[in-house]
Amino acid sequence: MPETVRDRVIQIIADQALLDVSDISMDQTLEDLGIDSLGLVESIFAIEETFDIQVPFNANDPKASAFDISSVASIVEAVQKLVADQAK
Amino acid sequence: MKRVVITGAGTINALGHDVAATLEAMREGRCGIGPLKIRDVERLSIQIGGQVHGYDPETHFNRQQISLYDRFTQFTLLAAKEAITQSGLHFEGELASQSGVVLGTAGGGVNTWDENYRTVYEEGKNRVHPFVVPKLMNNAAASHVSMEWNLKGPSFTVATACASSNHAMGQAFHMIRSGMTTAMVTGGSESMLCFGGVKAWEGLRVMSKDACRPFSANRNGMVQGEGAAVFVFEDYDHAKARGAELLAEVIGFAMTSDAADIVMPSKQGAARAISGAIKDAGLNRDAIGYINAHGTGTAANDKTECAAVADVFGHHADKLMISSTKSMHGHLIGGTGAVELLACIMALRDGVVAPTIGYEEADPECALDVVPNVAREARVEAALSNAFAFGGLNAVLALRRV
Repeated sequence: MPETVRDRVIQIIADQALLDVSDISMDQTLEDLGIDSLGLVESIFAIEETFDIQVPFNANDPKASAFDISSVASIVEAVQKLVADQAK
Repeated sequence: MKRVVITGAGTINALGHDVAATLEAMREGRCGIGPLKIRDVERLSIQIGGQVHGYDPETHFNRQQISLYDRFTQFTLLAAKEAITQSGLHFEGELASQSGVVLGTAGGGVNTWDENYRTVYEEGKNRVHPFVVPKLMNNAAASHVSMEWNLKGPSFTVATACASSNHAMGQAFHMIRSGMTTAMVTGGSESMLCFGGVKAWEGLRVMSKDACRPFSANRNGMVQGEGAAVFVFEDYDHAKARGAELLAEVIGFAMTSDAADIVMPSKQGAARAISGAIKDAGLNRDAIGYINAHGTGTAANDKTECAAVADVFGHHADKLMISSTKSMHGHLIGGTGAVELLACIMALRDGVVAPTIGYEEADPECALDVVPNVAREARVEAALSNAFAFGGLNAVLALRRV
């Protein structure tokens, strides 16, 4: 059975945070996980490579980006939407 | 200690192919940033830059020279010619054996790397031009300037990312001030507006897709530029004795390292470099009338830089002018401090402070007089030029009117 988008995003975040997938919970923020601005840019790169999508994100103003990075859940949701949009 | 003056200046950048054209554009607040005209630009998500237009290498160099000169070297040689010609110096005998060239560049021959990687990876060829290495090496520009102008003293290239030029000019300043040399050719150059050069910057997600708007609340990133600026630094007594025109005096320099983060700037590191340059110049902080900011137009740099300036200057921060000319010529990376020194010279010599263009919305975190959008006439006695590099390497120069 193929992994879900959710599983794969959590795996990427866990890899970046040097944590086990089981240690990641959906309500955590990247800050909670110790992922800094460079770690974030690297995670987004990994997401783009994994799903072959373009993530709209500008490090100068993360809040203004359409891509919501406020928690693990919001990132998963945003990636699911991008993947779904691409399939259309 | 010797006094150090600038007796020649030269440049080519997105605003103009010489100093006069560049300063005119700065006075008029003209923007040199526009759509990039480079191969495969349609595959880039960032498609703007401060590119040098209307430039044909074949009008300046012969075929054999072009096979050895990367674009960053070509720009350097043109700027050096203008600067040395203006200085009126002839490097012969003892002067030639003492004088050298110290230049900054972050990437060196990036176009040469790019073109030749295409040859072997994209086109699958198994052979490259024999001069690839001497063309792309970071010291190629400094070496060709030394050969062209008979400069036989200390010559080398400094690579400290966005502070390269300031670090280079600081070395030249120190050498003359200490009495080690009489004259130095110094400045910097960059040319990485090619597919690979822009693609690499895209990756960091700090680039703007539309404009460089330093200190403006709606700023959304930096814009790359290209070009060179080169200066002749000279012992004041030597310059005075031969009746040379003095453009400005270099009076102080300081370098610090944040020792903190590979990309995020530190207020303390920047503040220590700014206050260090003022101290080295023997000035009171109230004497500084103008700062040419690093002002990249990124969220992180501009607020950190303004906080550092506020810390160093206290109440005087509200009285001085600080502008970022990157809004016009883009960020020349390793060459940026050199082009920006021209704005300091213009402020000191001509009494015209270059504006920060593209300024649309006040940012409470950048609440300084950023000379928004329109140049200003003002008598400036002393100025600073800030450069804060990735890797936390900071270099600030102090200049005075002569």
